Amino acid sequence: MKQMTVSTTINGDVVEFLCEPDETLLDVLRNRLNLTGSKEGCGTGDCGACSVTLDGRLVCSCLVLGAEVNGREIGTIEGVADGDTLHPLQSKFLEHAALQCGICTPGILVAAKSLLERNPDPTETEVRYWLAGNLCRCTGYDKIIRAVLDTAAEMRGA
Amino acid sequence: MPLDNNNRVFKSVGTSPLRPDGLDKVTGRARFGADATASGMLWGRIVRSPHAHARIRSIDTSKAEALPGVKAVVTRADFATGLDGDIGDILENVMASEKALYQGHAVAAVAATSPSIARKAAKLIVVDYEVLPHVTDVDEAMKPDAPVLNEKIFTEGLAEKPTKPSNVVKRIEIGHGDVEKGFAAADVIIEHSFRTEATHQGYIEPHACLASAGPDGQGELWCCTQGHFMVRDTCAQLLGMDVSKLRVTASEIGGGFGGKTTVFIEPTALALSRKANRPVKIVMPREEVFVASGPTASSSIDIKIGATKDGRITAADAVLRYQGGAFPGSPVEMGAMTAFACYELEHVRCIGFEVVTNRPKAAAYRAPGAPMSAFAVESVIAELAEKLNIDPIELRLKNAVKEGSRSSYGPVFGPIGLIETLEAAKAHPHYSAPLGPNQGRGVASGFWFNFGGQTCTSLNVNIDGTVTLSVGTPDIGGSRASMCLMAAEELGIPYESVRTIIADTSSLGYNDVTDGSRVTFASGLATIAAARNAIKVLCERAAKMWGIPADAVIWEEGYAKPAGANAGEFEPLSLADIAKVAGNTGGPIAGHHEVNIETAGPSFATHIVDAEVDPETGRTQITRYTVVQDAGKAVHRAYVEGQFQGGAVQGIGWVLNECYIYGEDGVLQNAGFLDYRIPVASDLPMIDTVIVEVPNPGHPYGVRGVGETSIVPPLAAVANAVSAAAGVRLTELPMSPPRILVALEER
Ligand code: FES
Ligand code: FES
Repeated sequence: MKQMTVSTTINGDVVEFLCEPDETLLDVLRNRLNLTGSKEGCGTGDCGACSVTLDGRLVCSCLVLGAEVNGREIGTIEGVADGDTLHPLQSKFLEHAALQCGICTPGILVAAKSLLERNPDPTETEVRYWLAGNLCRCTGYDKIIRAVLDTAAEMRGA
Repeated sequence: MPLDNNNRVFKSVGTSPLRPDGLDKVTGRARFGADATASGMLWGRIVRSPHAHARIRSIDTSKAEALPGVKAVVTRADFATGLDGDIGDILENVMASEKALYQGHAVAAVAATSPSIARKAAKLIVVDYEVLPHVTDVDEAMKPDAPVLNEKIFTEGLAEKPTKPSNVVKRIEIGHGDVEKGFAAADVIIEHSFRTEATHQGYIEPHACLASAGPDGQGELWCCTQGHFMVRDTCAQLLGMDVSKLRVTASEIGGGFGGKTTVFIEPTALALSRKANRPVKIVMPREEVFVASGPTASSSIDIKIGATKDGRITAADAVLRYQGGAFPGSPVEMGAMTAFACYELEHVRCIGFEVVTNRPKAAAYRAPGAPMSAFAVESVIAELAEKLNIDPIELRLKNAVKEGSRSSYGPVFGPIGLIETLEAAKAHPHYSAPLGPNQGRGVASGFWFNFGGQTCTSLNVNIDGTVTLSVGTPDIGGSRASMCLMAAEELGIPYESVRTIIADTSSLGYNDVTDGSRVTFASGLATIAAARNAIKVLCERAAKMWGIPADAVIWEEGYAKPAGANAGEFEPLSLADIAKVAGNTGGPIAGHHEVNIETAGPSFATHIVDAEVDPETGRTQITRYTVVQDAGKAVHRAYVEGQFQGGAVQGIGWVLNECYIYGEDGVLQNAGFLDYRIPVASDLPMIDTVIVEVPNPGHPYGVRGVGETSIVPPLAAVANAVSAAAGVRLTELPMSPPRILVALEER
């Protein structure tokens, strides 16, 4: 298959890559750009482990084609911390022990960040529904929900 | 090592510091199974049977081999020969020889320069199958006219040796007393049959590995596993390699719950790599995880319990039928041993049948075998409480096992915490909170043995006074933090001064798999012993520095101090003081410990659940959930709570929704997270936890395993809550809306 040239911005950096027309954005990130923070849990849009933002919108990168992102902006887990300063969500996840194995964590952090950008004061139910697309098999979600609510409270206070 | 004493005051242990591998995991930097690459790497893909049961007449790989980019194709001929018994079954499961025994059974594999070429090549492999009749249901598989999977299986454990092969691998029986006599003494007898469906561990990370093997007989493997030493030993046998020549590194592991305690793709990746003489990566697509890695057993269970009017159980009897998929190894024995483990019984019997079916081989799933039998038993106990009009916790307290009780599976219990969990549950505000309309409350208790096993750790004191600890048990849910806490506690240094790494198989002695809830207990015990051995060396070095005998030095809170009348006056030396000059006092300072721990420290839990059933739709919402469990000693409190919560939620999924659904054709109908739906955040309430601490005398700090017990009570606890809310006893899992609606109509 003929490869295509795609030009994008990823976590603020201009990135160009070659990909095949049927390759997903997740495959491009992981296999071509070595950005392995986004995980593949299902490849069918059901687990949220591959969550990234595309022009500010939360998407499953396994459902987006690499070729589709030409000229667009992508945000991945690798861009959530600002240099050596963790995003408050990342700190709160550590503090609340909101990860066990940690495979769902990148996707959940990207999704939670996107929630708090839209809604700085979510209710518990809103957090639960927003994160319903991100599966976590280890934690029972309890500590994740607490960490997100605590982050929201702290960020509003700050 | 015996318990230090019950009143030891801990400094580090029992706190909840940040985990040492946390930063990597919240930034996406941590490297999991699928995250490794190597130069010149190929992509592997496995060809799997579309049929539930079929004879393989021939495999034609020529078209695939001719495809540009394909570098190797393997079939069963590329593996070791002459293996039988368990290891033979593992090989047969990894790559079929004469028959495909379930849909998804591997029959060949390819390695190519890109994933898409590998996919195309896999489709070009032509397998000529003779389709055979199949059976996927446990009760059907036991019938005399059922299609037989394996002509070599003659039921073991029968009074008379059978003359015909069947799907029943064995019959087992455990118990004591005389159940008939016990039932004769009962005022009330309750009898029910139950069914549970197979569920998958559902870890979010699919199996993945990167293998590199060459014609010189050496190899390296990177993989997500619960036990890289097991992977090394198994792969070496399957490939006919020397164990010493295969080095296995455990990646970070994205969940396992027992499902990553065996090999599936690793030997195949090695075989492909050996043939192509290039590194090969295989990542299982999610669909393959469902059809070709181990779910748990489905079961069919009969329970009979008799009791006197005042609630004393006089006899308990169970028949358990568990299917283990296409190979022997269903967890029926453990189901039988745990069924009545919470109760002190004079007359008890459990009969178990292990059955093979045309399904993927069952793997361990958190407390293997126990949740199903506990579901059945605790449902009957709930009904007994209703019938006798006794509070369900009171009824359990009346019959609960305690220190000195003879367990239903034989041994006498040491100090255990069932009564403490029941008392704590009774006292919890949840237990007395009012219920709303269409709501019901359920309770259930559960037990798991826990496990010790072969363990080896190495603790090295560095020149700056920090410590590097090597353990051989993959960290699946935060165990590095627990190890750092225990090493810090013992040495008397800050938690931050200890770094724990998971050593590869060439750097440390053999370690059993991360299973049986053994890591914090067994690797923890070995860590404490290694630290004590290092302390011995530290004291010797201090003695040398002071010029006094070694036995005149003691270790206290991180310092060597002179002790005894003739020791003399010296300023205490810290670990860092001694480490700094180690080169002048005898060289590196380290402590090791190697052990096969035969004891464990069983754990009990009691769960309380409120469920609301919608009478219109049959949908159940869990409205409140409380876990009470004995941890012995909680080393890292937050991660202990996390284990409790995670187990409870997996249990909720098992009761309400999760199950393997097979079509008439023996093909799995729901091999994806859309149709095999595990609980999501919006399905659940917060999960409250109470940590009970009855110290385990087999561990210096009193630690018991906690990971598995947490999934034993929820099936029954939720079932009891749903049955109370629906006003009808439900006996079949999952309790999905259609099933509940039918029950409501028949009420
Ligand atoms: S991998 Fe994209 S949603 Fe699961
Ligand atoms: S922490 Fe393991 S899946 Fe979420």
